[in-house]
Amino acid sequence: MENLVNIFVKSIFVENMVFAYFLGMCSYLAVSKTVKTSVGLGLAVVFVLVITVPIDYLIENYLLAEGALVWLSPELADVDLGFLRFILFIAVIASMVQLVEMIVEKVSPTLYANLGIFLPLIAVNCAILGGSLFMAEREYANIAEATTYGFGSGIGWFLAIVGIAAIREKIKYSNVPAPLKGLGITFIITGLMGLAFMGFMGIEL
Amino acid sequence: MNKLRRTVDKIKPHFQKGGKFAKLESTFGAFETMLFVPNHTTKSGAHIRDAMDMKRTMVVVIFALVPSLLFGIYNTGYQHFLAIGESAEFWSVVWYGLLKVVPIVIVSYVVGLAIEFIFAQIRGHEVNEGFLVSGFLIPLIMPADVPLWMVAVATAFAVIIGKEVFGGTGMNILNPALTARAFLFFAYPAWMSGDKVWVGGMVDGQTLDAFSGATPLAQAAAGNTSFSLGNGAGIDTIDMIIGTIPGSIGETSKIAILIGAAILLITRVGSLRIMLSMLAGGVTMGLLLNTFAANPFMEIPWWEHLLIGSFLFGMVFMATDPVTASQTAKGKIIYGFLIGFLAILIRVLNPAYPEGTMLAILLMNVFAPLIDHYVVQGNIKKRMKRLKTT
Repeated sequence: MENLVNIFVKSIFVENMVFAYFLGMCSYLAVSKTVKTSVGLGLAVVFVLVITVPIDYLIENYLLAEGALVWLSPELADVDLGFLRFILFIAVIASMVQLVEMIVEKVSPTLYANLGIFLPLIAVNCAILGGSLFMAEREYANIAEATTYGFGSGIGWFLAIVGIAAIREKIKYSNVPAPLKGLGITFIITGLMGLAFMGFMGIEL
Repeated sequence: MNKLRRTVDKIKPHFQKGGKFAKLESTFGAFETMLFVPNHTTKSGAHIRDAMDMKRTMVVVIFALVPSLLFGIYNTGYQHFLAIGESAEFWSVVWYGLLKVVPIVIVSYVVGLAIEFIFAQIRGHEVNEGFLVSGFLIPLIMPADVPLWMVAVATAFAVIIGKEVFGGTGMNILNPALTARAFLFFAYPAWMSGDKVWVGGMVDGQTLDAFSGATPLAQAAAGNTSFSLGNGAGIDTIDMIIGTIPGSIGETSKIAILIGAAILLITRVGSLRIMLSMLAGGVTMGLLLNTFAANPFMEIPWWEHLLIGSFLFGMVFMATDPVTASQTAKGKIIYGFLIGFLAILIRVLNPAYPEGTMLAILLMNVFAPLIDHYVVQGNIKKRMKRLKTT
């Protein structure tokens, strides 16, 4: 249990997807204009991460990793299907995103319209593929740990996008120099937020 | 006084539209309003009848900071003479402190105000007084032995990236003084942490070999909670309250900080809500750590956390910054509490950083707009409900 709490806290604050690895930046920058839509996208990312990371965990450990196929027959012990990792992970993510898209369209058409192209683009959101790949790289011991990691990194991304959305709403009427308006100032804010998040780097739980 | 007014009136036309120096209008305006209360009135919109305009607010904060600066000057000299192992007269102690601290103040003001004036001229806004406070805070949170060029670089970074790109005073999201400090901390970690930079003259090796400049915080992080000065003499609670301990220039004397706090609270420039809730957050985390008590640093009593490091200084002068803090009453309480909580958490649990106050305040600066957003939305929801039921 303690281990799970550690993974959870670590993946939110210490190894934040946005501020520690700068992953998932495209939708982070594009959909963070208002808090409301960013909450929607954030929740979608959390949802997709929570589903895909455990599924990919199973695929990794029973199909892809070296010796993972032993459960079929002992002769397959030295088969390594690792080269299929990207394709399979992407396939899982893409199908999950389809599911999310259908749910969002059904439940909240306004949010669906606001998110626009960025909802299907979650499929190529690097935070999500990154989540699965980090999971494979860090070799979590069981599926509960992997799920916790997926949930935690989703929450971390959620916090980041909602935080910057609130800041962008606040500075909407600021007198920002013309060349920096829009994306420029957003990049600067992201950098400053990263500076503030540095406080957690190095915490060991 | 009348003579001065006449002189100002005489040269004023040159700086107005069509005059010789029309480009310097905002510079002129800044100096004029510094000398005289502006005589123009607003014609539409909200009218606030109050003598406390931005200039007076900033001046009050500067008055509140003066005790910390004066004691910082004395303490810089005191630590230096302790380190070289000589006893010195009061005035030579102060003289050494002046030689160390005044240049830092001058560099911070000159660099910051120069950038501010350039931006004001180019962008055509008036010169705001915000930097008077930031420029005063920056020297107070620097270690005594910081090289002056670093102060200049950090100030430039804070003013340009931290403030001017957002549109100047009142628009920034992070506290400029803390941005400067954080920039130095991450850009020159070898200088800004460690045991040497806190005592004047130590980096140049003027001091005794056996002398250690470790701050109480660094000692606590190393597991030694019976704090001692560099020459081995013990530090007791009274020393920590008076402030004769190594540390950043302005943060050591708790008495000076509390005088500043009193000035801010009486004039209502600083928010009592933020100060109290931050105190509560720090005490909560201190007590929480005491119950776990896994290492010596976690075992130190909760009130000692308030006396070592920059917790009090951050609480009184940094967290209460009206621009970067939460604006709503409820938001201020959440904001302050989380700062206190995180400051002690980072300080004790993060081995990478000796002090957490700076980073905790910066982090909550980032989330302050979000807190406000939800407080306001909650309020709207509550009122809508009230509207529907009646």
